[in-house]
Amino acid sequence: MTFAELRSVEAASDALAAESYLADRPLALAVHLAIVLEQPLLLEGEAGVGKTEVARALATGTGSRLIRLQCHEGMDLHHAVYDWDYARQLLALRAAEAGTGPGGETELFSRRFLLRRPLLEALESEDPVVLLIDEIDRADDEFEAFLLEFLSDFAVTIPELGTITGRQRPVVILTSNRTRELHDALKRRCLYHWIDYPSPERERAILHARIPGVPESIAARVVAAVGRLRDHGDLYKLPGVGETLVWAQALLALGSEGDLDQTLGAALKVHEDVVRVRERKVLEGV
Amino acid sequence: MSEADALVSRLGSLAALLRAQGSRVGVGELLDAHRALRVVDCSSREDSRLALRTVLCSGRSDMERFDRAFDAVFGAERGTADADRADPLAELGAVTRSVLPRAAIPASDPAQQVAERSAIPAAWSDLELLRHKDFAQYSDAEMVVARELMARLARRGPTRLSRRTRPVRRRRGHTPDVRRVLRASLRTGGEPVQRHWRAPTRRSRPVVLVCDVSGSMTPYARMLLQYLHASVAARRRVEAFAFGTRLTRITNELAGRDHDRALARAADAVADFSGGTRIGAALAELNRLHGRRVGRGAVIVILSDGWDRGEPGVLEAEMARLRRSAHRLVWLNPLAAHPDFEPLTRGMRAAVPHTDELLAGNSIASLEELACILEEI
Repeated sequence: MTFAELRSVEAASDALAAESYLADRPLALAVHLAIVLEQPLLLEGEAGVGKTEVARALATGTGSRLIRLQCHEGMDLHHAVYDWDYARQLLALRAAEAGTGPGGETELFSRRFLLRRPLLEALESEDPVVLLIDEIDRADDEFEAFLLEFLSDFAVTIPELGTITGRQRPVVILTSNRTRELHDALKRRCLYHWIDYPSPERERAILHARIPGVPESIAARVVAAVGRLRDHGDLYKLPGVGETLVWAQALLALGSEGDLDQTLGAALKVHEDVVRVRERKVLEGV
Repeated sequence: MSEADALVSRLGSLAALLRAQGSRVGVGELLDAHRALRVVDCSSREDSRLALRTVLCSGRSDMERFDRAFDAVFGAERGTADADRADPLAELGAVTRSVLPRAAIPASDPAQQVAERSAIPAAWSDLELLRHKDFAQYSDAEMVVARELMARLARRGPTRLSRRTRPVRRRRGHTPDVRRVLRASLRTGGEPVQRHWRAPTRRSRPVVLVCDVSGSMTPYARMLLQYLHASVAARRRVEAFAFGTRLTRITNELAGRDHDRALARAADAVADFSGGTRIGAALAELNRLHGRRVGRGAVIVILSDGWDRGEPGVLEAEMARLRRSAHRLVWLNPLAAHPDFEPLTRGMRAAVPHTDELLAGNSIASLEELACILEEI
């Protein structure tokens, strides 16, 4: 299925489901809108609810290339868009000195020595592209300002080469963990969707889709246990869908010896949380 | 009016309602809303709602406003009464507010006022006196004078090394700027004669200010909130919280240049002004709901007298957790200004082992001390 064929919310939902990503209707609709309106989609949500997975599933489901830009602090143009291959440029200079190659400035700063980073890659790709800009909140304000420009005209200017415009607008998905508030201007360029924890039924369905062959007994137990932990309201870090999957896998691997309490470390990663859950017998009867 | 016109005017009023509630909805968003409605099944109320929400909201806080505005413009669906959506805690806040004892600002002593009037120094020493005056003794006029001093103080804050680099002259330990070296070497036939270097820049470290506004802190709360406001206005990456029995994030309320309006907005947002204190519970909320904003590398400043009426043990555990996730933890206690002060209240006893610094925070001079410490961090 290509982007052009994703003409309805159901089609978007099906394409994701084909890659074992069970999106609820609001999310499928947001993805559908992002494709049809050709606007970037900003996904926020607690850790481990599958923000990054959306992009991955969408790319595979539509047979397009996934290009991922993992953001970090201090990221600049040379990490995100392009850089020059200095080592090869120096070699070429030496070769020119010896009279065996080109060495002028125009040759040195030509496409031969250009290193394409994710954003340029996405612009120049022949195939349809899903561009994932992951954890944008980790990048700093300066990069956000650049991204703003990039997302509005999908073009970058390389001083030595001129302006490069995209062949097509890639589907852009941004994710944020909300470690800081993003700039308003950037948010306004984007469609917005908040991914919530899935309902118990959906989470069970997700378990079955992602771990084929998991017995319903384990799935139901793990989902019930995770639900209790999330409702407990006194934990520092709540388990996400990712943790649910690992927990179910842990129980599956242990077979009949599997015990929720012993494998609690699959879901809770803060010592105080583990102690609290055991003390208050939160998981009793699951 | 045709059907299309009706839709246009409806969307217009939806946008107007959102704007009235503080969302930023411009013409661009409105156009997007029209385009979005064209591509979804308009006969489905749910789909239209979701589509409009995706386009018109740009943050989680917008979503609640959107739901309210949508119901107001397109009519509420049966079965989704407003009562379901309203935050039950908001009501609890009002109840708590009316039940909890209130402490008033102590009536200023007339004799003292006379004394104040008798000492009318020149402008310079006026400020000098103000620096050491306890916030609780401030008159309204002095609060206005202090504002400028606070604004100046609030600009000083902690910094840290950034991953971003900038070109510098040669110093030891800096990394070579290969790009510029290569450029320069073109002029010398490929020989890197001129060398260039880059060094990391500094940027401001996140600061989280948590201010106690319970009854016992009332004399200080006004001035400390003023400091919070000045900090939010002056620096990037400052988060402000206020607490009594519950924690309220007031960063957005305090933002904006208009000083009085910002303070009024913040006071409105805090449901339990001058009520009881449960520091432990408030910090627990900070750790859980705002852990991401607070965590890793932030300097946390708690402004409270440490009169905790919550469950014992909670404060201790939450302080330990906060200390582990923060870069530095500073506690400002106005009572600490007293020369005989010892951290003997239950709350302070639990908190002190986990704090890096304990300061007074009862006067401009002590806030200066805070600024100095922050700058060194």
